[in-house]
Amino acid sequence: MISPNLSAIFYLVSGILFILALRGLSSPDTSRQGNYFGIAGMIIAIVVTFLSIGNFSNSLVYVIIVLIIGGAIGAFIAFKIPMTAMPELVAGFHSLVGLAAVFVAIAAFLNPEAFNLGFVGQIKLASLIEMSIGAAVGAITFSGSIIAFLKLRGIMSGSPIIFGGQHFLNLILGVGIFVSIFFLCKTQESNIFWTVVMISFLVGVLLIIPIGGADMPVVISMLNSYSGWAAAGIGFTLENTALIITGALVGSSGAILSYIMCKAMNRSFFSVILGGFGADNSANDKNEKRDQKPVKSGNAEDAAFLMKNASSVIIVPGYGMAVAQAQHALREMVDKLKKNDIKVTYAIHPVAGRMPGHMNVLLAEANVPYDEVFELEDINNDFANSDVAFVIGANDVTNPVAKTDPKSPIFGMPVLDVEKCKSVLFVKRSLSPGYAGIDNELFYKDNTLMLFADAKKMTEDIVKNLD
Amino acid sequence: MEIDPFIFRLSIFILSIFIGYYVVWSVTPSLHTPLMSVTNAISSVIIVGAIIAALAGSSETVFDISSIFGFIAIVLAAVNIFGGFLVTQRMLQMYKKKKDKNK
Repeated sequence: MISPNLSAIFYLVSGILFILALRGLSSPDTSRQGNYFGIAGMIIAIVVTFLSIGNFSNSLVYVIIVLIIGGAIGAFIAFKIPMTAMPELVAGFHSLVGLAAVFVAIAAFLNPEAFNLGFVGQIKLASLIEMSIGAAVGAITFSGSIIAFLKLRGIMSGSPIIFGGQHFLNLILGVGIFVSIFFLCKTQESNIFWTVVMISFLVGVLLIIPIGGADMPVVISMLNSYSGWAAAGIGFTLENTALIITGALVGSSGAILSYIMCKAMNRSFFSVILGGFGADNSANDKNEKRDQKPVKSGNAEDAAFLMKNASSVIIVPGYGMAVAQAQHALREMVDKLKKNDIKVTYAIHPVAGRMPGHMNVLLAEANVPYDEVFELEDINNDFANSDVAFVIGANDVTNPVAKTDPKSPIFGMPVLDVEKCKSVLFVKRSLSPGYAGIDNELFYKDNTLMLFADAKKMTEDIVKNLD
Repeated sequence: MEIDPFIFRLSIFILSIFIGYYVVWSVTPSLHTPLMSVTNAISSVIIVGAIIAALAGSSETVFDISSIFGFIAIVLAAVNIFGGFLVTQRMLQMYKKKKDKNK
């Protein structure tokens, strides 16, 4: 039973610990310590909440039981999940934050006395606005993340779903939410509150279905941001500093990540949100091109020979590596190369994979030291001085068209200058174009050797041939 | 006239956005995935609201409609808290520097 002032101070402390948790991520060395700060902040917030309520009736037992149930489920997932499934896990977690926000808002609406917000039918105006915004953003986060989860998991097709008047419908629904909140404030009618929640669920779905698979890094970051704003909205309702600080941190974090991802694709945030990118496949056009241009293709033996005689190799991983789970085989290959005194580095494009930093985690999982892994701007000049570029599962991010053809949909997107290498090894299952639906000029260059195979199998074969 | 406490909360909110802005820009890109999972975990501090809602019932009626929503929200947030922090920890353990044997 501690005073509201004291508990407010403790909430502030936990907010500061959360800031330090994010601060720790500025380098891998300090990151683990940062995570402990985060855990400490969470424990403080929960314990202080119990103490400040001071209601130790039967309810407390049930609260602790459900807390343990939830915790056990969470821990189980955390230990079992393979690293390649990280994007869908994060999407799934976002949906839980969103739904929790909705439920807390509903509980506050149904029982405002418990939160000191007034009485049923006479909820304080500011609180009512805050809780409806929290509920609306939470609901959008929830249903949007569910769609993102289904797309990433492959349960739902990753291709954009578009229909006529889509954006107009979203606009109407968006306006509908605000109008409903306005009337809710006037009438305190619970039906209107439910309407707001329902429309928001619908908006979340409609917002994410037109966005295609490779735009997922932006979507996940955006939903990350939304989950933060939802938490902040609830924080205002509950007048809780820890929640307000955290919501603001998470909100801006997600927004920055979305910005970084958009910039890495040279697309505006709005064009991603409006979606439909890469939907129109003018397949015939591509087939013609494919027939005309000759492609050099090789096998594992050729690739092994090329790399053995190189003095420096740059590896360019992409989503295909994650799909094929080729990171461990890749690491084996690199170990063999290093034994022959070949310098090997990794080049990572910011949007490689399905979420920010996706490739880095997979390489870390395969025990690749993080100081061998470089970001686009740090390594792009090295391609010209390297002997072999080994492209595994990446495509659009290496396409030189982005630099040369103003008509190309990816023109202006920063790409890895793979073509400047003396030779390029391109592991790919077929010549099919990448996500952007455009042909990669790199396939037809004289210094490119295409290795048509599954990424993992090809890498394993190369390893055998390196002996 | 006194300042509404809302203004103070708004100030905290806006300043925190700025803190978030600068802190997140300093996060190294290779840790962007752990950043997402940890922000996920900390945003589940929303559990405090869920606990308040769940504990609002009296000894006789532990479960009324509003506290049931609270209880469900506790489960959801707890999955996220434990899952988020543990998976972040698991990822961060994997980030290693080059070993000395490579010298």
